[in-house]
Amino acid sequence: MVEHRRFGNLLPHLILLAGVAIVAFPVYLAVIASTHDNTVIANGQMPLYPGTHGLETYWNTIVSGTGRTTRAPVGGMMLNSLIMALGIAFGKIAISIISAYAIVFFSFPFRMAAFWTIFITLMLPVEVRIFPTYKITSDLSMLDSYAGLILPLIASATATLLFRQFFMTVPKELVEASKIDGAGPIRFFFDTLLPLSVTNIAALFVILFIYGWNQYLWPLLITTRDDMQTIVIGIKKIIDVHDALTEWQVAMATAVLAMLPPVAVVVLMQRLFVKGLIETEK
Amino acid sequence: MANVTLRDVRKTYPSGFEAIKGIGIEVGDGQFCVLVGPSGCGKSTLLRMVAGLETLTGGEIDIGGRIVNQVEPAERDIAMVFQNYALYPHMSVYNNMAYGLRNRGMAKPEIDTRVQEAARILEIGPMLERKPGQLSGGQRQRVAMGRAIVRQPKVFLFDEPLSNLDAKLRIAMRVEIRKLQRRLGTTSIYVTHDQLEAMTLADILVVMNGGQVEQIGNPLHIYQKPATTFVASFIGAPPMNLMPLGSDEITSQLEAVSGEAGILGIRPEDFLISNEAVPGGIALELTVEAIERVGAETFIYGARRHDKGGLAVRPGELPPGEVIVRIPGAVAPAIGERIRAIAPREKLHLFSADGRRRIEF
Repeated sequence: MVEHRRFGNLLPHLILLAGVAIVAFPVYLAVIASTHDNTVIANGQMPLYPGTHGLETYWNTIVSGTGRTTRAPVGGMMLNSLIMALGIAFGKIAISIISAYAIVFFSFPFRMAAFWTIFITLMLPVEVRIFPTYKITSDLSMLDSYAGLILPLIASATATLLFRQFFMTVPKELVEASKIDGAGPIRFFFDTLLPLSVTNIAALFVILFIYGWNQYLWPLLITTRDDMQTIVIGIKKIIDVHDALTEWQVAMATAVLAMLPPVAVVVLMQRLFVKGLIETEK
Repeated sequence: MANVTLRDVRKTYPSGFEAIKGIGIEVGDGQFCVLVGPSGCGKSTLLRMVAGLETLTGGEIDIGGRIVNQVEPAERDIAMVFQNYALYPHMSVYNNMAYGLRNRGMAKPEIDTRVQEAARILEIGPMLERKPGQLSGGQRQRVAMGRAIVRQPKVFLFDEPLSNLDAKLRIAMRVEIRKLQRRLGTTSIYVTHDQLEAMTLADILVVMNGGQVEQIGNPLHIYQKPATTFVASFIGAPPMNLMPLGSDEITSQLEAVSGEAGILGIRPEDFLISNEAVPGGIALELTVEAIERVGAETFIYGARRHDKGGLAVRPGELPPGEVIVRIPGAVAPAIGERIRAIAPREKLHLFSADGRRRIEF
């Protein structure tokens, strides 16, 4: 299949490059826009090369906020988003790995019923159960709190199913060898199962972190205080200002900042992520 | 060091399937007991019951004078070697061996002494820091053995430990396991479906079929005096020739034989190709159908003339009317040739018609 076709390879590459350009151009535009003065952007003549106000804009956006509006600094929003995303990712992993462990390695009455109950929750994402969830969160006075942001999103059927599939490939003899080696269920979990799951956990972490970071509807509902806002909501608020000119350069800087952590997570964990999705040897 | 005694051990699954139908075995201190049988005969289940990985639904298991029916696997003072080795993939070889000792709260220097000693015996010293994934099949097998040795248990349990190895390595490891067991003097129970492994390793051989014991005893004794047709055809390769007794040439040659006898058995190597008379023995006229030369010996597959069949063919048994003759050397008759195979009276085996009972004569 090795063929040297000088022009034959050119066309696929052009198509791919065009695809990359289409995806990357808006991102590039956001970065460029965040370095220009707002007047330049607002009069519709924004150039495609970087401007000179970059540092100033990012400083304003992250740390100080702006005097003309009631906008809070984005630094706090990023911290909120980070806490929420990490809380959701780790919480989901912790809960789902434990429930998968129970379902796969223990036989107890109504085990399959428990499994199917978890499975059925796939049909009930937050959007579907939003009113009852809001009511409960509010009754527990968790509005405007990290617990309120994180806990209702933390149960995950998807992650449980993924761990279940992985656990079912763990040889039965490994469990038995552990038993003979004197390791009880908790030891087996921490000494053997958890180390074997590291790549799976990493892959899930990437997916769940981004899921948590991108949450919009739920934080919008339950946060009212400015200091509890997440960055995704922050963008929306910066654009929707009344009686003033939208600070486009700040909005763009916020958008760029909102993209950075997910990108960082993907880049840093890429190797483990790929391994976790393709690895078969146990 | 301990005796292992099984008394009327039974296992019935909730579905009603009887996997073990009442088995009694006594393994003396330091003896090597081999459970052999076809797949599905319950031999692995029985071993796992001794290990404590399966519950009993009847009977008792006694290890070193203690009834262990209700004792956890870790408390039974046994060590087990699994067919797929079951090494912890994320731990180094050293940690694989040390894990069970650490869980028992043994002091570090003692663990180190034991692991180093086991590594020396099994010649895996240079591999202690490697992970199981970096080892060959034979090396993993050694590590699995090492994990059993360091525990210095009362009993070793082996669940088909060699079946994942290639033929040459299997023979080498077989000899090594035997030497090791002699040297350590640890009571061992070993499960295999390979009759050659069973014959060479066992002090006590237990032939199992359908959840029951067919015969227990010294391997050579079992070979020479199989108690049932199942044992006769399972132990020995190629299997014993079994021929139904009816109104044909065989019956007429066998005088003064009890009327209960329904099946005649002759091992392939007990035949001689000869035209001599065999008073009291058997002479068969055969047409050569196939020949297998393996160098030191030759197997002749011959067909008898008058056989109408009538004996059900079970796995591992010959089709009715076919007889295997084993002769030394590579000189053999041609295909299609007529030969006369004789077997002396003392080499004949007689069984009841249902094959369940040996008849002495």
